Amino acid sequence: MATAAPHAHDHGHDDAHPEESWVIKYLWSTDHKIIGLQYLFTGMAMAIIGGYFAYAFRMQLAFPGESVPTYGVVSPAQYNAMVTNHGTIMIFWVAMPVLIAAFGNFLIPLMLGCDDMVFPRINRLSYQIFLLSALVLIASFFVPGGGFGGAWTSYPPLSSEAGYSLTPLGSTIWLLAVALEFVAFLLGGINFITTTMNSRAPGMKYTDIPMVVWMIVLASIIFMASVGPLIAGAIMLLFDQNLGTHFFDPTAGGDPLLWQHLFWFFGHPEVYVVLLPAMGIVAEIITTFARKKLFGYKTVLYTAIATGILSFFVWAHHQFVAGIDPRMANLFTATTVLISIPIAEMCFVYIGTLYGGSIRFTTPMLWALAFIFEFLIGGVTGIFLGASGSDIYFHDTYFVLAHFHYTFFPIAIIGTFAALTYWFPKMFGRHLNESLGKIHFWGTVIPFNMIFIPLFILGVGGQHRRIYSYEHFPELFQPWQQDLRVMATVSLLVMLVFQALFLMNFFYSIFKGKKASKNPYNANTLEWLADSPPAHGNFLHLAEMPVVHRGPYEFNHPDRDEDYWPQWLPPEGVSAAPPADPEPAADPEPADESADQDADQDSDQDSDEESAS
Amino acid sequence: MFELLDLKQGSSYAGDIDQLILMITIITGVWFLLTAGMFFWLLFRFRAKKDESGQYVTGDEPQLKRWVTWPHMLILLCDIAVIVMAVNVWYTVKQDLPEADATIRIIAQQWAWTFVHPGPDGELDTPDDIRTVDRLYLQEGITYHYKLSSVDVLHDFSVPIFRLKQDAVPGREITGWFKPTVQGEYGIQCAEMCGIGHGIMGARLILQSASDHEFWIQSNSPTPVAQVTGQ
Repeated sequence: MATAAPHAHDHGHDDAHPEESWVIKYLWSTDHKIIGLQYLFTGMAMAIIGGYFAYAFRMQLAFPGESVPTYGVVSPAQYNAMVTNHGTIMIFWVAMPVLIAAFGNFLIPLMLGCDDMVFPRINRLSYQIFLLSALVLIASFFVPGGGFGGAWTSYPPLSSEAGYSLTPLGSTIWLLAVALEFVAFLLGGINFITTTMNSRAPGMKYTDIPMVVWMIVLASIIFMASVGPLIAGAIMLLFDQNLGTHFFDPTAGGDPLLWQHLFWFFGHPEVYVVLLPAMGIVAEIITTFARKKLFGYKTVLYTAIATGILSFFVWAHHQFVAGIDPRMANLFTATTVLISIPIAEMCFVYIGTLYGGSIRFTTPMLWALAFIFEFLIGGVTGIFLGASGSDIYFHDTYFVLAHFHYTFFPIAIIGTFAALTYWFPKMFGRHLNESLGKIHFWGTVIPFNMIFIPLFILGVGGQHRRIYSYEHFPELFQPWQQDLRVMATVSLLVMLVFQALFLMNFFYSIFKGKKASKNPYNANTLEWLADSPPAHGNFLHLAEMPVVHRGPYEFNHPDRDEDYWPQWLPPEGVSAAPPADPEPAADPEPADESADQDADQDSDQDSDEESAS
Repeated sequence: MFELLDLKQGSSYAGDIDQLILMITIITGVWFLLTAGMFFWLLFRFRAKKDESGQYVTGDEPQLKRWVTWPHMLILLCDIAVIVMAVNVWYTVKQDLPEADATIRIIAQQWAWTFVHPGPDGELDTPDDIRTVDRLYLQEGITYHYKLSSVDVLHDFSVPIFRLKQDAVPGREITGWFKPTVQGEYGIQCAEMCGIGHGIMGARLILQSASDHEFWIQSNSPTPVAQVTGQ
């Protein structure tokens, strides 16, 4: 099966046929790598929109009422809409597509040693629905009444009654966009889970799977298990908005708190949906650049699973003061504070991985290390909010906002830059400029702290969220507070300027960067066996499909002279190019129960046909 | 730390909450410093050197594994301490309801607060009730119950100097309590997104001495008889 023949029936698309038009190759592709790049570039474009919103509303907070360059005067309605959509975009259209969909798509088949996802056309559909959802969301900014401004949590009755929100079209279209986005990720998640279960290279045991693949699979499982209630809630909210139902309307017997439960039952696991892939990315990078085996592979795996399970039992810590029965808060305080154990354990394991290493401070390594440090701050500040007693005060203050950004910025931004700089040679066949990369690193991480440390201080001082100007609150409009706001805004401007530097480095290097070899870092996982960039089909043009002989992090193994030992190399003593191929010869009908390694290469082709039906 | 930020403790339980925040700050601060210290030390100690290659460590060696398992146990202990302290404070503020000396009604709407104070008779929901908009007058040193409701969307009754927050939910009347311990004028916020006027939905809290408050009640009661008898 290690030939390109099975692709013949796969209409239109195929590997490296020169006559393929640009549109077919890049916009209508079923190649997991192209789909990954589609997600990546769409996510980056959305990040620019989300970043622009942050720029506009931070300028308004620092210089209230003044005209913001390139935007103009920010009205309260516009301020609310930008705050709402900044959050929505950065979580649903940046963190998820980039961390899970872009890197999940790009990496999973490569790291598992197979030629593509199990359901390539479902994969293509996933991206197309995602793109549609992004366009629908952008359209919601331009309808009469403007974009939805009821916060990304969209609590009814504000979100369900146009008379309250004053955005009759904006709130409905916003909700539609979010629902479409969930559909896209459900389709993507099916692929990640199935491919990892069925299409691993021969010899790859569950404990040989690179951690980032595990993490993306676990994230997909958590997402699938949690999103159902929210999709149901979103439909109910759409009905409330447009069809006159009263699910969340207390004047007709509905209950607004129901939405909060449905939302946060998804909303809190969602934190771990994006955290776990970032954790996986960091595991790959620190092992490679510390030249060290991951400290306790199974510990990481089990703590990730434990985190995932626990994350389903913590949601009501968002609702301590929302009017739920106060006795419930005690239960959810306990579960929430206890989730610190697996998360802290993961951090310890990562720090333990550095022990005995030979650490190289390359750009991706700097990002990965920054992730650990910044996320640590995000983690410890979460205790204040998980503990019900102190949350009474901190709820809905800038302390929450700063804590949130100390978790999500490391996840979504630092994690993405780590992955992007690390796998850039594999994605584009060229290297980024290392010096510019380091300048960009420091130019991002230092301003990031300078943005959010002032906001922590403001939050402790009682500054509440989502206020377009604090001039109506004398206690919050003193000169020292305004100085902190200006400091945060100026830091944001500095950070944005350095992102322009990154974009220049990124696009210059795609076309003009130094050519990359197959395995520039001497890393172990299977994607480094493929060409840089890999052709459609990944390994199909090699003499044989890869076979896995060991775990993904065998650095500095005592039995080997070189400091790395790739998964695909046969054990010492066996010829480097084994003629005897353990791969099963074309098996016409892989048995259904052969869910494990043996029939992998076949099953993905067969499944492809199924997906077309 | 709140003194630095110009924020008084204005209720009987504000000190409890600040104490809890301080305890969590100490616990998480120690953990953060230890972890970050270890992190940077390892980065320095094991930076790539020409004459030293990396070691092969799986993480299953007992003498190394304890660097993860012992902190694990210690964190569990710290977690239990935090949970006990948090629940304790929570019980005081939210679950317990001490006997009231007076009861007020707080009605939130887009984008104003209506406060209903008991009149000279000291009873709520009688004709001499005093209704005010965006100004809440309370007496220092007595325990109040509040009955919080909303007429339209979610709001949140937030008083930073009390360290108190409570969502106002349409269709429900939520009862809670506080006991002011200072005098003066302070801010009240709406801390839940409630539409385009959310940014102007503040109110003033005026905490008075017993005699000042009595005078305010007498001079603002809508029942003229009460005013006359009061003089």
